[in-house]
Amino acid sequence: MSRIIRNRAIAADDYTTLADDAPLPAMGQVIVSLQRWRAERGALAGGGLRVGVRLANTDDIALVWADVRERPLIALEWPKFADGRAFTQARLLRTRYGFAGELRAVGDVARDQMFYMRRCGIDSFAPRADQDLDGCLAALTELSDAYQPAADGVVPVWQRRRRHA
Amino acid sequence: MYRYDEIDQALVNDRVAQFRDQTRRFLDGSLSEDEFRGLRLRNGFYIQRFGPMLRVSIPYGMLNAPQLRMLAHIARKYDKGYGHFTTRTNIQYNWPKLEQVPDILADLATVQMHAIQTSGNCIRNVTTDALAGVARDEIVDPRPYCELTRQWASFHPEFNWLPRKFKIAFSASAQDRAATVVHDIGVHIRRNADGELGYTIYAGGGLGRMPILATKVRDFLPEGELLPYCEAILRVYNRLGRRDNIHRARIKIVVKEHGADKFRQLVEEEYARIDDPALRLTAEDIERMRAHFTAPAYAADAAAPASFAQWRSTSSRFAAWARRNLKAHRVPGYHAVMVSLKPIGGVTGDCSHVQLDALAELAERYSFGEIRVTYDQNLLLADVRERDLYALWQQLDAQGLATPNIGLITDIIACPGLDFCSLANAGSIGVSQDIQQRFEDLDYQYDVGELRIKISGCMNGCGHHSVGHIGILGVDKHGEEWYQVTLGGGAGDDVAALGERTGPAIARADIAEAVERIVQVYLEQRGSEDETFLETFRRVGMAPFKARIYAESAAEREAA
Repeated sequence: MSRIIRNRAIAADDYTTLADDAPLPAMGQVIVSLQRWRAERGALAGGGLRVGVRLANTDDIALVWADVRERPLIALEWPKFADGRAFTQARLLRTRYGFAGELRAVGDVARDQMFYMRRCGIDSFAPRADQDLDGCLAALTELSDAYQPAADGVVPVWQRRRRHA
Repeated sequence: MYRYDEIDQALVNDRVAQFRDQTRRFLDGSLSEDEFRGLRLRNGFYIQRFGPMLRVSIPYGMLNAPQLRMLAHIARKYDKGYGHFTTRTNIQYNWPKLEQVPDILADLATVQMHAIQTSGNCIRNVTTDALAGVARDEIVDPRPYCELTRQWASFHPEFNWLPRKFKIAFSASAQDRAATVVHDIGVHIRRNADGELGYTIYAGGGLGRMPILATKVRDFLPEGELLPYCEAILRVYNRLGRRDNIHRARIKIVVKEHGADKFRQLVEEEYARIDDPALRLTAEDIERMRAHFTAPAYAADAAAPASFAQWRSTSSRFAAWARRNLKAHRVPGYHAVMVSLKPIGGVTGDCSHVQLDALAELAERYSFGEIRVTYDQNLLLADVRERDLYALWQQLDAQGLATPNIGLITDIIACPGLDFCSLANAGSIGVSQDIQQRFEDLDYQYDVGELRIKISGCMNGCGHHSVGHIGILGVDKHGEEWYQVTLGGGAGDDVAALGERTGPAIARADIAEAVERIVQVYLEQRGSEDETFLETFRRVGMAPFKARIYAESAAEREAA
């Protein structure tokens, strides 16, 4: 079982990522694509499975929210390091739609973006195979503060300075 | 000017440590070149034609004396003794070593400076009018809004990996001296009919490969709504901006492909859904920021009209400088003094460590310890007493910083070009020097009057050629340097406009001659000495210029 970071700790990944044509197990925790979730919702939701859904970073959260709102896990994809669309998806899921389940970063996930992912509401990371997990863990807090509000409850500096005045 | 508190300082220090670790991991091979590239760019560090380049941030152009001395120190210790000021009001060093960049950033942090987000596909340095706070036509000082925006944009977790770079500029006066309409977001601070402060918001302007003026998105946005509205624009861009083609990735393409009306609708819908009171600025927040930009203690006895008149009559060199390099100041007895970084035959925007140190001294002695970098790659001492003008001029002159050419044909904006930049197709510096030498005669320059030449060495347009009165763009033609010429562009002028192409590209050897012919046509065609080049061009059109530029010279006819 591969290892992930969840809630600021290294953990075993207890979800299995299923390809769209892979057979469904009878039990356990799986992550499927949005397409598969939509197509096979009856079979997936009916049995003993706990199902997370993976979104593409081009999916409009406003259009998919109704499909994923009850899911215990949503996986957001960084197809490559420099493609930052999923930062917006994460922040919207947390702050606009109030998603309270596990929000996982998958794909080209590396430590140097994890601080920003965390601030946008990602609480679960499946780092790229070459990543050192202890380094990733440290990167989650590598800046000690932040200026602006995001999805991590940081009070923006302009509000904090009101109190100091 | 703005002083860091413990939050700002902690963040900048953390950033130094973060980049030191990233550099270490790159050097030991655990961070790939591709991944490190994105990270080093966000710390201003490029790999250039002959070596690396470090771009240091100068937020909205403001510097104090200790910062100038630090820039001089860095030029001496880590570079070849000079730096280069850019149109984004930053400074670039052309010769730092990668291994030393973390040390340079640590040195910068000791004087509240950094290189954060000076490159890469993120929100870049915020710019504004160099005359902010001293201009007579200003509605309000734009710098507090710039600093609030800088803080909001710094390390923004959602908008640090955009499709492409993103530039924001503010203007708070009738004349837009910050070229806001060629920015990704242009903010015009203004009052509405009820006298309330707010903003007109423009978006989607930009230079480069596809120059375009910005579209008005919101006619009046209330003062407290600046950051939620910027978030709405950035979010629409981060979601919809193209990532399949680097040349079509700026927000201007989103505006173009969706149309201005649809884009406006998308932004307004997103803005309506951002209901986060944490993003809203209160009057008190803005007041608190304004307190960082209060007017200095102006002296009541600054004026010296009799001396000023006498200096001008006894020294024609001083008179020439005073005529071109002084800008009106809102406080009687004070002048804003432009420091020209365009000596004839020099390199546009370059400043040596000796000059930087000298300027620190002069800023302390004559301008409350502050200096500004301007959009046109000069410097500005904003608050100089009239009675100090002669002494200041002598000391600037001794440093080669008193060329009396502000706004004239030799006050050329130019990118570093092929001499330094790995993107360039052609040289900029040599062309600039050729043109300067051809127009070296001051009387000739004064006769021509206000004329802005802007030169870029490639389509990326760092020299803003598209908005030059005369724009010159370097292109590569079978391995040779050629130049496309445009006329009639403007930004920071009365009207913003993109220049019109004269015709086929011109060879390197002929470009200074072409500029001279353009100037001759202007001098012949102008209705009076008061009619500027732009006014004449708009009145007579391209035809007479085109006819002259491409006419064979007498020598060519003879040879044929």
